[in-house]
Amino acid sequence: MVNFLEDLNLKKKCKKYSLPLWQCPDFLFLILGIIIIFIILATFAVLLNKVKDVRTVLLIILSLTAFLMIVDYIIIKSFERMADTTRLQLDFIHIISHQLKTPVTNIAFILDFLSSEKEKITPQTEKEYFNMIKENNERMRALVKNILTVAKLEAGVLEIKKEKVNLKEIVKERLKDYQLFSQSLNINIEAKIPEKEIQVEADPFWLKEVINNLLDNALKFSRGKVKVSLSENDKKILFEVEDDGPGIPKDEQKYIFQKFFQVKDGSSHALTGSGLGLYLSKKLINLMGGEIGFSSYYQKGSNFWFSFPKI
Amino acid sequence: MVSPLIIKKVLIFGFLSLKFNMSKKILFIEDEFSLQRTIGELLRKEGYEVFSSLDGKSGVEIAKKEKPDLILLDLILPHLSGFEVLEELKKEESTKEIPVIVLTNLEGLEDVQRALELGALFYLVKSNYTPQEIVEKVNEFFK
Repeated sequence: MVNFLEDLNLKKKCKKYSLPLWQCPDFLFLILGIIIIFIILATFAVLLNKVKDVRTVLLIILSLTAFLMIVDYIIIKSFERMADTTRLQLDFIHIISHQLKTPVTNIAFILDFLSSEKEKITPQTEKEYFNMIKENNERMRALVKNILTVAKLEAGVLEIKKEKVNLKEIVKERLKDYQLFSQSLNINIEAKIPEKEIQVEADPFWLKEVINNLLDNALKFSRGKVKVSLSENDKKILFEVEDDGPGIPKDEQKYIFQKFFQVKDGSSHALTGSGLGLYLSKKLINLMGGEIGFSSYYQKGSNFWFSFPKI
Repeated sequence: MVSPLIIKKVLIFGFLSLKFNMSKKILFIEDEFSLQRTIGELLRKEGYEVFSSLDGKSGVEIAKKEKPDLILLDLILPHLSGFEVLEELKKEESTKEIPVIVLTNLEGLEDVQRALELGALFYLVKSNYTPQEIVEKVNEFFK
Protein backbone atom coordinates (compact mmCIF):
# COMPACT_ATOMS: atom_id res chain seq x y z
CA MET A 1 0.00 0.00 0.00
CA VAL A 2 2.81 2.40 0.94
CA ASN A 3 4.62 1.65 -2.30
CA PHE A 4 1.45 2.26 -4.20
CA LEU A 5 1.02 5.61 -2.49
CA GLU A 6 4.56 6.59 -3.32
CA ASP A 7 3.95 5.66 -6.93
CA LEU A 8 1.10 8.09 -7.02
CA ASN A 9 3.37 10.75 -5.54
CA LEU A 10 0.71 11.49 -3.01
CA LYS A 11 3.13 12.24 -0.24
CA LYS A 12 4.86 14.83 -2.31
CA LYS A 13 1.59 16.47 -3.26
CA CYS A 14 0.45 16.57 0.31
CA LYS A 15 3.69 18.12 1.39
CA LYS A 16 3.10 20.83 -1.17
CA TYR A 17 -0.21 21.66 0.51
CA SER A 18 1.51 21.33 3.91
CA LEU A 19 -1.26 19.05 5.14
CA PRO A 20 -0.97 15.58 6.72
CA LEU A 21 -1.61 12.68 4.36
CA TRP A 22 -5.09 11.82 5.63
CA GLN A 23 -6.29 15.37 5.06
CA CYS A 24 -4.87 15.60 1.57
CA PRO A 25 -7.59 15.82 -1.10
CA ASP A 26 -5.74 13.49 -3.50
CA PHE A 27 -5.61 10.77 -0.89
CA LEU A 28 -9.23 11.25 0.09
CA PHE A 29 -10.34 11.08 -3.53
CA LEU A 30 -8.53 7.76 -3.82
CA ILE A 31 -10.50 6.37 -0.87
CA LEU A 32 -13.69 7.81 -2.29
CA GLY A 33 -13.03 6.03 -5.59
CA ILE A 34 -12.44 2.71 -3.88
CA ILE A 35 -15.66 3.01 -1.90
CA ILE A 36 -17.67 3.90 -4.99
CA ILE A 37 -16.31 0.83 -6.77
CA PHE A 38 -17.36 -1.26 -3.75
CA ILE A 39 -20.87 0.11 -3.86
CA ILE A 40 -21.21 -0.49 -7.58
CA LEU A 41 -19.99 -4.06 -7.19
CA ALA A 42 -22.37 -4.68 -4.31
CA THR A 43 -25.28 -3.30 -6.34
CA PHE A 44 -24.38 -5.53 -9.26
CA ALA A 45 -24.15 -8.50 -6.95
CA VAL A 46 -27.69 -7.87 -5.75
CA LEU A 47 -29.01 -7.27 -9.25
CA LEU A 48 -27.45 -10.46 -10.54
CA ASN A 49 -28.80 -12.36 -7.54
CA LYS A 50 -25.33 -13.57 -6.73
CA VAL A 51 -25.92 -12.79 -3.10
CA LYS A 52 -29.03 -14.26 -1.68
CA ASP A 53 -29.40 -12.25 1.48
CA VAL A 54 -30.52 -8.81 0.23
CA ARG A 55 -30.65 -7.33 3.70
CA THR A 56 -26.95 -7.89 4.33
CA VAL A 57 -26.11 -6.18 1.05
CA LEU A 58 -28.39 -3.29 1.83
CA LEU A 59 -26.75 -2.92 5.20
CA ILE A 60 -23.31 -2.89 3.58
CA ILE A 61 -24.41 -0.27 1.05
CA LEU A 62 -25.97 1.86 3.76
CA SER A 63 -22.92 1.78 5.96
CA LEU A 64 -20.68 2.48 3.01
CA THR A 65 -22.85 5.46 2.07
CA ALA A 66 -22.56 6.80 5.56
CA PHE A 67 -18.82 6.38 5.39
CA LEU A 68 -18.82 8.07 2.02
CA MET A 69 -20.57 11.08 3.47
CA ILE A 70 -17.97 11.33 6.19
CA VAL A 71 -15.14 11.15 3.67
CA ASP A 72 -16.94 13.75 1.60
CA TYR A 73 -17.15 16.04 4.58
CA ILE A 74 -13.44 15.60 5.29
CA ILE A 75 -12.63 16.40 1.67
CA ILE A 76 -14.58 19.62 1.79
CA LYS A 77 -12.88 20.56 5.05
CA SER A 78 -9.45 19.80 3.64
CA PHE A 79 -10.14 21.95 0.60
CA GLU A 80 -11.09 24.75 2.93
CA ARG A 81 -7.83 24.30 4.79
CA MET A 82 -5.91 24.30 1.55
CA ALA A 83 -7.57 27.55 0.61
CA ASP A 84 -6.50 28.87 4.02
CA THR A 85 -2.87 27.96 3.42
CA THR A 86 -2.86 29.57 -0.01
CA ARG A 87 -4.51 32.63 1.45
CA LEU A 88 -1.85 32.82 4.14
CA GLN A 89 0.84 32.48 1.53
CA LEU A 90 -0.68 35.22 -0.61
CA ASP A 91 -1.01 37.43 2.46
CA PHE A 92 2.62 36.73 3.17
CA ILE A 93 3.75 37.86 -0.28
CA HIS A 94 1.60 40.95 0.06
CA ILE A 95 3.01 41.80 3.48
CA ILE A 96 6.60 40.88 2.81
CA SER A 97 6.77 42.93 -0.37
CA HIS A 98 5.47 45.94 1.52
CA GLN A 99 7.89 45.33 4.37
CA LEU A 100 10.88 44.90 2.10
CA LYS A 101 10.00 47.91 0.00
CA THR A 102 9.46 50.36 2.83
CA PRO A 103 13.04 50.68 4.13
CA VAL A 104 14.44 50.66 0.61
CA THR A 105 12.08 53.44 -0.45
CA ASN A 106 12.92 55.42 2.66
CA ILE A 107 16.63 55.19 1.97
CA ALA A 108 16.13 56.10 -1.67
CA PHE A 109 14.05 59.14 -0.67
CA ILE A 110 16.62 60.33 1.82
CA LEU A 111 19.47 59.94 -0.66
CA ASP A 112 17.48 61.74 -3.34
CA PHE A 113 16.73 64.53 -0.95
CA LEU A 114 20.33 64.81 0.23
CA SER A 115 21.70 64.99 -3.28
CA SER A 116 19.18 67.58 -4.48
CA GLU A 117 19.31 69.82 -1.40
CA LYS A 118 23.05 69.70 -0.89
CA GLU A 119 23.54 73.42 -0.27
CA LYS A 120 21.05 73.62 2.55
CA ILE A 121 22.22 70.75 4.66
CA THR A 122 24.05 71.55 7.86
CA PRO A 123 26.30 69.03 9.61
CA GLN A 124 23.60 68.62 12.26
CA THR A 125 20.81 67.69 9.82
CA GLU A 126 23.24 65.60 7.84
CA LYS A 127 23.84 63.49 10.92
CA GLU A 128 20.10 63.09 11.42
CA TYR A 129 19.64 61.90 7.86
CA PHE A 130 22.49 59.45 8.16
CA ASN A 131 20.93 58.06 11.31
CA MET A 132 17.66 57.59 9.45
CA ILE A 133 19.46 55.70 6.70
CA LYS A 134 21.13 53.53 9.32
CA GLU A 135 17.83 52.79 11.03
CA ASN A 136 16.14 51.80 7.79
CA ASN A 137 19.06 49.64 6.84
CA GLU A 138 18.83 47.92 10.21
CA ARG A 139 15.14 47.23 9.65
CA MET A 140 15.86 45.70 6.28
CA ARG A 141 18.64 43.59 7.70
CA ALA A 142 16.43 42.22 10.48
CA LEU A 143 13.68 41.28 8.05
CA VAL A 144 16.03 39.56 5.62
CA LYS A 145 17.60 37.73 8.53
CA ASN A 146 14.19 36.44 9.64
CA ILE A 147 13.33 35.22 6.17
CA LEU A 148 16.68 33.49 5.79
CA THR A 149 16.39 31.87 9.22
CA VAL A 150 13.04 30.41 8.26
CA ALA A 151 14.49 29.13 4.99
CA LYS A 152 17.40 27.51 6.83
CA LEU A 153 15.13 26.04 9.45
CA GLU A 154 12.92 24.47 6.84
CA ALA A 155 15.86 23.10 4.93
CA GLY A 156 17.07 21.57 8.19
CA VAL A 157 20.45 23.29 8.16
CA LEU A 158 19.98 25.69 11.03
CA GLU A 159 22.72 25.30 13.62
CA ILE A 160 21.45 25.16 17.17
CA LYS A 161 23.86 24.68 20.03
CA LYS A 162 22.96 23.31 23.42
CA GLU A 163 24.98 24.77 26.21
CA LYS A 164 24.52 26.04 29.73
CA VAL A 165 23.50 29.67 29.64
CA ASN A 166 22.50 32.14 32.28
CA LEU A 167 19.00 33.13 31.27
CA LYS A 168 18.89 35.89 33.88
CA GLU A 169 21.81 37.72 32.29
CA ILE A 170 20.32 37.40 28.81
CA VAL A 171 16.97 38.77 29.96
CA LYS A 172 18.65 41.66 31.78
CA GLU A 173 20.72 42.51 28.73
CA ARG A 174 17.66 42.43 26.49
CA LEU A 175 15.72 44.72 28.79
CA LYS A 176 18.59 47.16 28.79
CA ASP A 177 18.61 47.16 24.99
CA TYR A 178 14.88 47.78 24.90
CA GLN A 179 14.87 50.56 27.46
CA LEU A 180 15.29 53.46 25.04
CA PHE A 181 12.92 52.00 22.49
CA SER A 182 10.14 51.44 25.02
CA GLN A 183 10.63 54.94 26.39
CA SER A 184 10.26 56.40 22.93
CA LEU A 185 6.93 54.56 22.66
CA ASN A 186 5.88 55.78 26.10
CA ILE A 187 5.60 52.22 27.36
CA ASN A 188 6.69 51.21 30.81
CA ILE A 189 8.40 47.81 31.09
CA GLU A 190 8.00 46.32 34.53
CA ALA A 191 10.53 43.56 35.16
CA LYS A 192 10.46 40.88 37.85
CA ILE A 193 13.76 39.06 37.83
CA PRO A 194 15.09 36.93 40.69
CA GLU A 195 18.39 37.67 42.39
CA LYS A 196 20.06 34.33 41.83
CA GLU A 197 21.44 32.90 38.62
CA ILE A 198 19.08 30.94 36.41
CA GLN A 199 20.66 28.37 34.17
CA VAL A 200 19.10 26.66 31.19
CA GLU A 201 20.43 24.46 28.45
CA ALA A 202 19.93 26.29 25.17
CA ASP A 203 21.54 28.30 22.42
CA PRO A 204 22.15 31.85 23.71
CA PHE A 205 21.94 33.40 20.25
CA TRP A 206 18.54 31.97 19.43
CA LEU A 207 17.30 32.53 22.93
CA LYS A 208 18.01 36.21 22.47
CA GLU A 209 16.13 36.21 19.19
CA VAL A 210 13.07 34.66 20.80
CA ILE A 211 13.09 37.13 23.69
CA ASN A 212 13.50 40.02 21.23
CA ASN A 213 10.56 38.71 19.33
CA LEU A 214 8.25 38.42 22.32
CA LEU A 215 9.26 41.90 23.51
CA ASP A 216 8.74 43.36 20.04
CA ASN A 217 5.25 41.92 19.89
CA ALA A 218 4.35 43.08 23.38
CA LEU A 219 5.57 46.62 22.66
CA LYS A 220 3.79 46.66 19.33
CA PHE A 221 0.39 45.89 20.82
CA SER A 222 0.74 47.36 24.30
CA ARG A 223 -1.25 50.38 25.42
CA GLY A 224 1.35 51.52 27.88
CA LYS A 225 2.40 48.70 30.17
CA VAL A 226 4.44 45.55 29.61
CA LYS A 227 5.35 43.07 32.34
CA VAL A 228 8.35 40.79 32.03
CA SER A 229 9.03 38.09 34.56
CA LEU A 230 11.49 35.28 35.05
CA SER A 231 10.71 32.63 37.63
CA GLU A 232 11.43 29.04 38.56
CA ASN A 233 9.84 26.24 40.47
CA ASP A 234 11.33 22.82 41.24
CA LYS A 235 10.73 21.52 37.72
CA LYS A 236 10.69 24.41 35.30
CA ILE A 237 12.09 27.77 34.45
CA LEU A 238 9.52 30.17 33.13
CA PHE A 239 9.90 33.40 31.19
CA GLU A 240 6.82 35.53 30.60
CA VAL A 241 5.96 38.69 28.70
CA GLU A 242 2.60 40.25 29.35
CA ASP A 243 1.06 43.18 27.51
CA ASP A 244 -2.12 45.18 28.00
CA GLY A 245 -2.97 45.26 24.30
CA PRO A 246 -6.12 44.27 22.44
CA GLY A 247 -5.56 40.52 22.95
CA ILE A 248 -6.10 37.80 20.39
CA PRO A 249 -9.65 36.97 19.30
CA LYS A 250 -10.57 33.44 20.40
CA ASP A 251 -11.17 32.00 16.95
CA GLU A 252 -7.74 33.19 15.79
CA GLN A 253 -5.82 31.81 18.76
CA LYS A 254 -5.25 28.39 17.24
CA TYR A 255 -3.38 29.90 14.30
CA ILE A 256 -1.05 32.09 16.31
CA PHE A 257 2.10 30.03 15.82
CA GLN A 258 1.38 29.31 12.17
CA LYS A 259 3.72 30.60 9.57
CA PHE A 260 2.59 33.90 7.97
CA PHE A 261 -0.35 34.23 10.31
CA GLN A 262 -1.22 37.70 11.58
CA VAL A 263 -4.18 38.74 13.65
CA LYS A 264 -6.64 40.75 11.61
CA ASP A 265 -7.87 43.26 14.13
CA GLY A 266 -8.77 45.89 11.59
CA SER A 267 -5.83 48.06 12.51
CA SER A 268 -2.60 48.09 10.59
CA HIS A 269 -0.62 46.26 13.26
CA ALA A 270 -0.74 43.23 11.05
CA LEU A 271 1.25 44.91 8.35
CA THR A 272 4.14 45.95 10.49
CA GLY A 273 5.43 42.42 11.01
CA SER A 274 6.43 39.62 8.72
CA GLY A 275 4.18 36.91 10.15
CA LEU A 276 7.28 34.90 10.87
CA GLY A 277 8.25 35.93 14.41
CA LEU A 278 6.10 33.62 16.50
CA TYR A 279 6.40 30.77 14.04
CA LEU A 280 10.16 31.07 14.27
CA SER A 281 10.09 31.44 18.06
CA LYS A 282 8.06 28.27 18.52
CA LYS A 283 10.30 26.23 16.24
CA LEU A 284 13.45 27.52 17.92
CA ILE A 285 12.23 26.94 21.48
CA ASN A 286 11.05 23.45 20.62
CA LEU A 287 14.36 22.62 18.95
CA MET A 288 16.19 23.76 22.08
CA GLY A 289 14.02 21.48 24.20
CA GLY A 290 11.64 24.02 25.70
CA GLU A 291 7.98 24.80 25.46
CA ILE A 292 6.22 27.95 24.34
CA GLY A 293 2.64 29.11 24.73
CA PHE A 294 0.34 31.97 25.53
CA SER A 295 -2.91 32.98 27.10
CA SER A 296 -4.89 35.89 25.82
CA TYR A 297 -8.06 37.68 26.73
CA TYR A 298 -9.78 39.79 24.15
CA GLN A 299 -9.44 43.51 24.91
CA LYS A 300 -7.41 42.75 28.04
CA GLY A 301 -4.03 41.63 26.79
CA SER A 302 -1.85 38.66 26.04
CA ASN A 303 0.70 36.72 28.02
CA PHE A 304 3.37 34.87 26.04
CA TRP A 305 5.71 32.51 27.85
CA PHE A 306 8.39 29.92 27.26
CA SER A 307 9.74 27.38 29.69
CA PHE A 308 12.73 25.10 29.97
CA PRO A 309 13.23 22.07 32.18
CA LYS A 310 15.47 22.76 35.14
CA ILE A 311 18.99 21.40 34.95
CA MET B 1 -12.10 104.75 4.90
CA VAL B 2 -9.47 102.10 4.45
CA SER B 3 -5.96 103.44 4.39
CA PRO B 4 -4.05 102.86 1.16
CA LEU B 5 -1.23 101.35 3.19
CA ILE B 6 -3.45 98.52 4.36
CA ILE B 7 -4.68 97.96 0.82
CA LYS B 8 -1.10 97.83 -0.29
CA LYS B 9 -0.26 95.35 2.48
CA VAL B 10 -3.21 93.18 1.59
CA LEU B 11 -2.23 93.27 -2.05
CA ILE B 12 1.36 92.36 -1.31
CA PHE B 13 0.24 89.60 1.02
CA GLY B 14 -2.17 88.29 -1.58
CA PHE B 15 0.52 88.35 -4.22
CA LEU B 16 2.99 86.56 -1.97
CA SER B 17 0.51 83.94 -0.95
CA LEU B 18 -0.29 83.33 -4.59
CA LYS B 19 3.34 82.95 -5.48
CA PHE B 20 4.34 80.77 -2.58
CA ASN B 21 1.08 78.90 -2.27
CA MET B 22 0.77 80.38 1.19
CA SER B 23 -2.92 79.75 1.28
CA LYS B 24 -2.56 76.04 0.58
CA LYS B 25 -2.51 73.77 3.58
CA ILE B 26 -1.36 70.18 3.21
CA LEU B 27 -1.80 67.51 5.83
CA PHE B 28 0.78 64.75 5.53
CA ILE B 29 -0.21 61.61 7.43
CA GLU B 30 2.76 59.25 7.39
CA ASP B 31 4.43 57.24 10.14
CA GLU B 32 7.79 56.92 8.39
CA PHE B 33 9.85 59.67 9.92
CA SER B 34 12.27 59.82 7.01
CA LEU B 35 9.45 60.51 4.56
CA GLN B 36 7.97 63.14 6.85
CA ARG B 37 11.32 64.87 6.79
CA THR B 38 12.14 64.63 3.10
CA ILE B 39 8.77 65.14 1.43
CA GLY B 40 7.63 67.52 4.16
CA GLU B 41 10.71 69.65 3.70
CA LEU B 42 10.33 69.77 -0.09
CA LEU B 43 6.67 70.74 0.20
CA ARG B 44 7.51 73.51 2.65
CA LYS B 45 10.15 74.74 0.26
CA GLU B 46 7.46 75.00 -2.42
CA GLY B 47 5.58 77.29 -0.06
CA TYR B 48 2.87 75.02 1.22
CA GLU B 49 1.90 75.02 4.85
CA VAL B 50 2.50 71.43 5.88
CA PHE B 51 0.96 69.74 8.91
CA SER B 52 2.61 66.47 9.87
CA SER B 53 0.93 63.60 11.60
CA LEU B 54 2.63 60.35 12.51
CA ASP B 55 -0.51 58.30 13.09
CA GLY B 56 -4.07 57.94 11.83
CA LYS B 57 -5.89 59.14 14.90
CA SER B 58 -4.12 62.48 15.25
CA GLY B 59 -4.29 62.80 11.45
CA VAL B 60 -8.08 62.79 11.54
CA GLU B 61 -8.07 65.28 14.42
CA ILE B 62 -5.79 67.69 12.59
CA ALA B 63 -7.89 67.36 9.45
CA LYS B 64 -11.00 68.35 11.41
CA LYS B 65 -9.25 71.27 13.06
CA GLU B 66 -7.20 72.70 10.20
CA LYS B 67 -9.38 71.80 7.19
CA PRO B 68 -6.40 71.35 4.85
CA ASP B 69 -6.71 71.80 1.09
CA LEU B 70 -5.11 68.42 0.46
CA ILE B 71 -4.28 65.32 2.46
CA LEU B 72 -1.39 63.01 1.65
CA LEU B 73 -2.19 59.73 3.32
CA ASP B 74 -0.17 56.59 3.98
CA LEU B 75 -2.15 53.36 4.44
CA ILE B 76 -0.06 51.54 7.02
CA LEU B 77 -0.35 53.66 10.13
CA PRO B 78 -0.51 53.12 13.87
CA HIS B 79 -3.82 53.62 15.76
CA LEU B 80 -5.99 54.01 12.68
CA SER B 81 -5.07 52.55 9.32
CA GLY B 82 -5.22 54.73 6.21
CA PHE B 83 -8.42 53.01 5.15
CA GLU B 84 -10.01 53.85 8.47
CA VAL B 85 -8.79 57.43 8.20
CA LEU B 86 -10.53 57.67 4.81
CA GLU B 87 -13.72 56.29 6.32
CA GLU B 88 -13.57 58.76 9.20
CA LEU B 89 -12.93 61.69 6.86
CA LYS B 90 -15.86 60.79 4.63
CA LYS B 91 -18.17 60.42 7.61
CA GLU B 92 -17.61 63.96 8.86
CA GLU B 93 -19.40 66.75 7.01
CA SER B 94 -16.51 69.21 7.46
CA THR B 95 -13.82 66.90 6.07
CA LYS B 96 -15.88 65.10 3.44
CA GLU B 97 -14.79 67.31 0.57
CA ILE B 98 -11.05 67.39 1.29
CA PRO B 99 -9.21 65.68 -1.56
CA VAL B 100 -6.98 62.79 -0.48
CA ILE B 101 -3.95 61.43 -2.30
CA VAL B 102 -2.89 58.01 -1.07
CA LEU B 103 0.85 57.60 -0.85
CA THR B 104 1.85 54.07 0.10
CA ASN B 105 3.96 51.05 -0.60
CA LEU B 106 0.99 48.71 -0.73
CA GLU B 107 0.31 47.82 -4.32
CA GLY B 108 -2.20 45.01 -4.22
CA LEU B 109 -5.08 45.61 -6.63
CA GLU B 110 -7.48 45.08 -3.76
CA ASP B 111 -5.86 47.86 -1.77
CA VAL B 112 -5.98 50.26 -4.70
CA GLN B 113 -9.62 49.46 -5.30
CA ARG B 114 -10.54 49.78 -1.66
CA ALA B 115 -8.79 53.13 -1.28
CA LEU B 116 -10.43 54.54 -4.42
CA GLU B 117 -13.83 53.25 -3.36
CA LEU B 118 -13.39 54.96 -0.02
CA GLY B 119 -12.93 58.22 -1.87
CA ALA B 120 -9.19 58.65 -2.45
CA LEU B 121 -8.44 60.83 -5.45
CA PHE B 122 -5.14 59.29 -6.56
CA TYR B 123 -3.18 56.26 -5.51
CA LEU B 124 0.59 56.68 -5.67
CA VAL B 125 2.98 53.82 -4.94
CA LYS B 126 5.97 55.38 -3.20
CA SER B 127 8.61 53.16 -4.66
CA ASN B 128 7.64 54.25 -8.18
CA TYR B 129 8.46 57.91 -7.53
CA THR B 130 11.22 60.15 -6.24
CA PRO B 131 10.33 62.77 -3.61
CA GLN B 132 10.63 65.52 -6.25
CA GLU B 133 8.14 63.75 -8.48
CA ILE B 134 5.68 63.49 -5.62
CA VAL B 135 5.99 67.23 -4.98
CA GLU B 136 5.42 67.82 -8.69
CA LYS B 137 2.25 65.74 -8.49
CA VAL B 138 1.05 67.94 -5.65
CA ASN B 139 1.88 71.07 -7.66
CA GLU B 140 0.00 69.69 -10.63
CA PHE B 141 -2.97 69.01 -8.44
CA PHE B 142 -3.13 72.62 -7.29
CA LYS B 143 -2.84 73.92 -10.83
